[in-house]
Amino acid sequence: MLAAIAFYVLAAVAVISAFAVIAARNPVHSVLFLILTFFTAAGLFVLLGAEFLAMLLVVVYVGAVAVLFLFVVMMLDVDFAELKQGFLSYMPVGALVAAVLLAELVLVAFAASGARGAPLAIAETSGGVTNAEAIGLVLYTEYLLAFQLAGLVLLVAMIGAIVLTLRHRPGVKKQDISAQVGRRRSEAVELKDIRPGQGLG
Amino acid sequence: MDITLTHYLVVAALLFTIGVFGIFVNRKNVIIILMSIELVLLSVNINLVAFSAFLQNIEGQIFAMMVLTVAAAEAAVGLAILVTYFRNRGGIAVEDINQMRG
Repeated sequence: MLAAIAFYVLAAVAVISAFAVIAARNPVHSVLFLILTFFTAAGLFVLLGAEFLAMLLVVVYVGAVAVLFLFVVMMLDVDFAELKQGFLSYMPVGALVAAVLLAELVLVAFAASGARGAPLAIAETSGGVTNAEAIGLVLYTEYLLAFQLAGLVLLVAMIGAIVLTLRHRPGVKKQDISAQVGRRRSEAVELKDIRPGQGLG
Repeated sequence: MDITLTHYLVVAALLFTIGVFGIFVNRKNVIIILMSIELVLLSVNINLVAFSAFLQNIEGQIFAMMVLTVAAAEAAVGLAILVTYFRNRGGIAVEDINQMRG
C-alpha cells in the first residue's frame, strides 16, 4: 500500500517536472526541473529494487550532467526569450506526434499486460545478494567487454570535449618550459667592453 | 493497488513522449533539445530497470548502466560543440547551423 502511494507520488512528480523542463521560460529553471526529474526517477529505481542504479543516477546525472548543463546555460550569454519564439507555431505538429506516440506506447504496454498482471517484487534479491553485489558479479565477468567499451566511450567523449573547446589565443603570455630550460648563456648574456669615462653610448 | 509492470511502462511512455514533444516545440533552443534527449534516455532506463525487476534478471540493469554512460558522453560532447559554436557565432540559434558547412 505504502509502496503504491510512493509510486504514484514519484510518477506524478516525474511527469510534471519533465513537462516543466520543456515548458519553462528560463533555461535555468529547466535544468533545475531536470534535476528533479532525475532525482524522482532514482526514487522509482529504488522502488524497483535497483538501489545501485538509483545512486548511479543521482551521482552521474544530478552530480555531473545536470551541473554541466547548468554551467553551460549560465556561461553562454544568450537571449533565451528570442529562442522561445516559435514555441506555439510548432505546437500543433508536436502535440499530434506526441499524442500518437503516447497512444501507441500505452496501447502496447496494456495490450501485452496479460502475463504482466503480477505485482512487481520490490527489492527481491536472489540468494541474499545485494543489488550492487549482483551487478558486480555479472558486470565484471559476463559483460567485461561491454564494461571496457563503456570506458572507451567515456575516454573518446572526454578527448572530444577537450579538443573541441581547446583554443590557442594569440598574444597570451604562457610559460614555455622547453624554451626556458633550453636557454644558453651565450644567447642570454652579452659582454661589452666599455671605455672608461665614456659611458654606454 | 498492486503496482505492476504496466504502471512503470506507462510512466516511461509518458516521459518518452514529453521528451519527443520537447524536441518538437523547442526547435530553436539547442540546450532544451539536449535536455529532451536526456529525458528520452531516462525513460528508456526506467523501461530497462522495470523489465529487469519483472523478469528477476539483473542484466537489464547492466544495459541501463550502458545507456547511462552513453547519455553522459553525449551530453559532454554536445555541450562542448555548443560552446564552440557559441564562441564562433555569438549565438546558438539552430537555424544558422547549416551555415557551418565547409
